Amino acid sequence: MNTTSNSDGLRHIRRLLWAAVAGSALAFGGAALWRAFTPPDLPAPYVTGEAAIVNAYTLTDHAGRSVTPETYEGRWQLVFFGFTFCPDICPTTLAYMASVTDILGPQADRVAPIFVTVDPARDTVDVLAEYVAAFHPQLIGLTGTEAQIAEAADNFRVWYERSEDAAAPDGYLMAHSGYIYLMRPDGGFDSVYREGDQPPEALAEEILMRIERDERT
Amino acid sequence: MKLFLTAACIAAFPAAALAEVVISDPWARASILASRPGAAYLALRSDAHDRLLSATTPVADRVMIHASETGADAVTRMIHLDALDLEAGQAVRFDPGGMHLMLMGLAGKLDEGASFPLTLTFERAGAITVEVSVLGVAATGPEGEP
Repeated sequence: MNTTSNSDGLRHIRRLLWAAVAGSALAFGGAALWRAFTPPDLPAPYVTGEAAIVNAYTLTDHAGRSVTPETYEGRWQLVFFGFTFCPDICPTTLAYMASVTDILGPQADRVAPIFVTVDPARDTVDVLAEYVAAFHPQLIGLTGTEAQIAEAADNFRVWYERSEDAAAPDGYLMAHSGYIYLMRPDGGFDSVYREGDQPPEALAEEILMRIERDERT
Repeated sequence: MKLFLTAACIAAFPAAALAEVVISDPWARASILASRPGAAYLALRSDAHDRLLSATTPVADRVMIHASETGADAVTRMIHLDALDLEAGQAVRFDPGGMHLMLMGLAGKLDEGASFPLTLTFERAGAITVEVSVLGVAATGPEGEP
């Protein structure tokens, strides 16, 4: 009797233990599956979406005027952070934004292409004026103090770093995330693009579709 | 059979000794400010294993071999290479957004339509000089030039 009840109790405990094993196996398996189906290196800015990217800054444009996002309100904005010492990605991306602007044709006035420097020490108002004009007459260059740039980059979740390199011009190199941000006319975040991911015609088409959609509503 | 193998070896050897590097489509993007570095692009192909050791041009103080690498954090960094390995028969392309030759300390602006000599020195093939065409600011390559 005792033995029976004891073995019953043991069976009960054993069942509980097996349930625990099954539970944790499921949990671990689920976690492993989740990992297997989640690409390990998704670009960071995609993760959080709209709420995380804030279109907020106080900067100086290439004509020396103090500007905020409200300056461009009513227009879609293509915003790219870079620097003029960047020999490859930045000119490539700015030339791409210039192409997009050209392809927009008559609608180009409704889109403001904006280049924000992350290297304000060297990219002064005068430097930016000469630089942006070489790409497109509508391209806007923005600079500011180190603190203003850091705040703008932080609001856009743009990451940049300055690394010391004796071989580089002025002894440092900059690294940065190369996204083009599309902001809505009300200032809200719409989406991010990379230059190499689609031809300029495709990005222009996406923007035109949004402009049309806005007009219908 | 032995004779045939010997003949084959003799036939194969001179080909290795004549290893050469073909440089195609050299171009540079017009620079906007003379005080900013420029970038040149080209394609390399070698018959045999070789290494690009250095590049020089009279229009710049220094030429650096740069690869771009986008990390898991989505940040793009330029990687400075001391030398670039070329595998036999495998083309290596320098293209916007990928590898480039950074021209530092430009003597002047690189103006669209101009050209300049660029000398590449290889471990085996020696020094080869090509004429680099300067394309527009928005160019993406010799064919893709708008």
